Amino acid sequence: MKQPIITINNLSADVEGRQILKGINLTIYAGETHAIMGPNGSGKSTLAAILAGREGYNITSGEVIYGGQDLLELDPEERACEGLFLAFQYPVEIPGVNSTYFLRAAYNEIRKHRGLPELDAMEFLVFVKEKVKLLDLPEDLLKRPVNYGFSGGEKKRNEIFQMAVLEPKFAILDETDSGLDIDALKIVSNGVNTLKRPDNAQLVITHYQRLLNFIVPDFVHVLNDGRIVKSGGKELALELEETGYEGMIHAPA
Amino acid sequence: MMELSLNDKKKESSEINADEPAWLSLSRKLGLVCFNEFGLPTLQDEDWRFTNVAPIAKMTLAPDSKPAHHGVTEKELSQFPFSTIAGSQLVFVNGQFAPELSSVAQLPEGVKVMSLTDALATEPALVEPHLSRLAGTDTNTFTALNTAFFQDGAFIYVPEGQAVEEPIHLRFVSTAKDDGATAHPRNLIVAESDSEVTVIESYVSLSDATYFTNSVTEISAGDNAVVEHLKLQDENQQAFHIGTLAVHCGRTSNVITHSIALGAKLSRTNIYATLAGEGLECTLNGLYLTRAEQLADHYMIVDHAKPHGESHEYFNGILADKSKGVFHGRILVRPDAQKTDAKQTNKNLLLSDDATANTKPQLEIYADDVKCTHGATLGQLNEESIFYLRARCIPIEKARRMLVQAFAGEIIDRVRCSAVREELDQLVWDRLEQNQQITVNS
Repeated sequence: MKQPIITINNLSADVEGRQILKGINLTIYAGETHAIMGPNGSGKSTLAAILAGREGYNITSGEVIYGGQDLLELDPEERACEGLFLAFQYPVEIPGVNSTYFLRAAYNEIRKHRGLPELDAMEFLVFVKEKVKLLDLPEDLLKRPVNYGFSGGEKKRNEIFQMAVLEPKFAILDETDSGLDIDALKIVSNGVNTLKRPDNAQLVITHYQRLLNFIVPDFVHVLNDGRIVKSGGKELALELEETGYEGMIHAPA
Repeated sequence: MMELSLNDKKKESSEINADEPAWLSLSRKLGLVCFNEFGLPTLQDEDWRFTNVAPIAKMTLAPDSKPAHHGVTEKELSQFPFSTIAGSQLVFVNGQFAPELSSVAQLPEGVKVMSLTDALATEPALVEPHLSRLAGTDTNTFTALNTAFFQDGAFIYVPEGQAVEEPIHLRFVSTAKDDGATAHPRNLIVAESDSEVTVIESYVSLSDATYFTNSVTEISAGDNAVVEHLKLQDENQQAFHIGTLAVHCGRTSNVITHSIALGAKLSRTNIYATLAGEGLECTLNGLYLTRAEQLADHYMIVDHAKPHGESHEYFNGILADKSKGVFHGRILVRPDAQKTDAKQTNKNLLLSDDATANTKPQLEIYADDVKCTHGATLGQLNEESIFYLRARCIPIEKARRMLVQAFAGEIIDRVRCSAVREELDQLVWDRLEQNQQITVNS
């Protein structure tokens, strides 16, 4: 029997009294890639933020079961150590924190969590240099502060690079495609596809169908006004491309 | 209003003056006249509006020139920062030179590292052109006071074309037993054309008393000279520290000075940088960490006198408890100083709701083709950055530490001498670790 990686049951949430999510139901099994598409303001990024543990949201109903645990009870760092990864829509620049130091700290937290010995600076450098090649990132990026002074494309590639280092069980890509030119998009998609395994899963959040030419999803869900209004296979994305959100949302079921 | 006089301390002052050249006696008299004229600044004084120095009036401003033997041991000294860094060290205890604790390394030809008193006796021709001419005795009351009463300090001379590779460490130790004890260290650093030198000044304490350090350092960086200067102020938590640094930068020189303020109940660092030649680069870099009721004040004037000068000021403060940070940065661009590029930033990280930061940039520009920018930030740790780190498995306490360390690191990373930088990094980190507020969400 297939094991679900994550099960979202009737999840509703509000921000400062305004209801954003209105009963989301979604189950993702190992080996699957799901895409969530939707217009601006539909709640896509809110869903990603709540799953990753960002503060400021009030969960009004529902639950999220992740690896047999109540996900919403865990701190963001505990979720991350349990293999949940969020590729940020807007990665934060952190001047003064060296990228290698940061990544080693993150990686070693996961190793500690799994009861494995931590890697020293040299061991980590050898490990990380292999991963850098995957995303075609310049090696000097490792010497720079986290995201500091990076171009938009570099920041997005850096997110996927971190994903390659941390090897998550469940990765959420929050509009990783937005702002990328076609070359960067190919590199990012290639990275994501390479990291796909039978025992992990991916949730790709996007506004545009374009990304799904490169990361082919098993399922596509259309989110509107805090609800999943339509689910289907990868052909749903193409259909959406033709009809637009308006056409799909208001079409008779 | 108090009135100080050299005659009040007839015996002492005659001893101070005994072997001194006439020009210095004159200079001291001028200092005294100026100090008596200016008095101590008050909060009404625009340049002192955030820093109340009234308690300094209780100090013995005119110190005893023949204090008892200090009794400081090498072992005691070894607990202080930069003890193991290779290079020459001059040690001063309560403002007096301690030759038995000092050591001068092998130096390139013509380089002189000695006490100022020795220099006045043996090399007056090297001292006279600079001493008291760089720091304005007639413009700054504390400099005037220092000029009138300084006992000793260091003299460093690097002749044209010579480079001193190892840093020269000037160590000022207070062992004051009585409240009110005052020391006026006076240093002169002359780096001639094409020379290179790194100087560290550290102010540390073996005392529990409320004492006062009023130091003045004058640096002359000749044409094309490369000078790195670092002052570590780590006085005890009751002390008052006023430190003035006057730097005169020659054509195409490259000068960087770091002010690290960790100690003292009240500290004020005045930096006067005169950019006197074309095409030079001058960087003023600073970090202050305050807690309890400490106040750390940095005041600076960067005077662009010639074209194509580049100046940078970077000051970061990390303020805890009810402490206070003050930054006052004035940039003056004279009519002749076209193509000036001047940047100034002051960032303050408040670890408590009761901490305060005052920042005052001041630009005075009389040339029309210049680039001057200033920026100041004030705030707590960035919540978005904390969440980003947590989403990458890093526990919240560690995330906060990393961000505070990074904030300090922006400044520490500019220290060029690697041995000094690494030790400073550790020192600052140890201090921050002692502070619980780093890891607690305020």
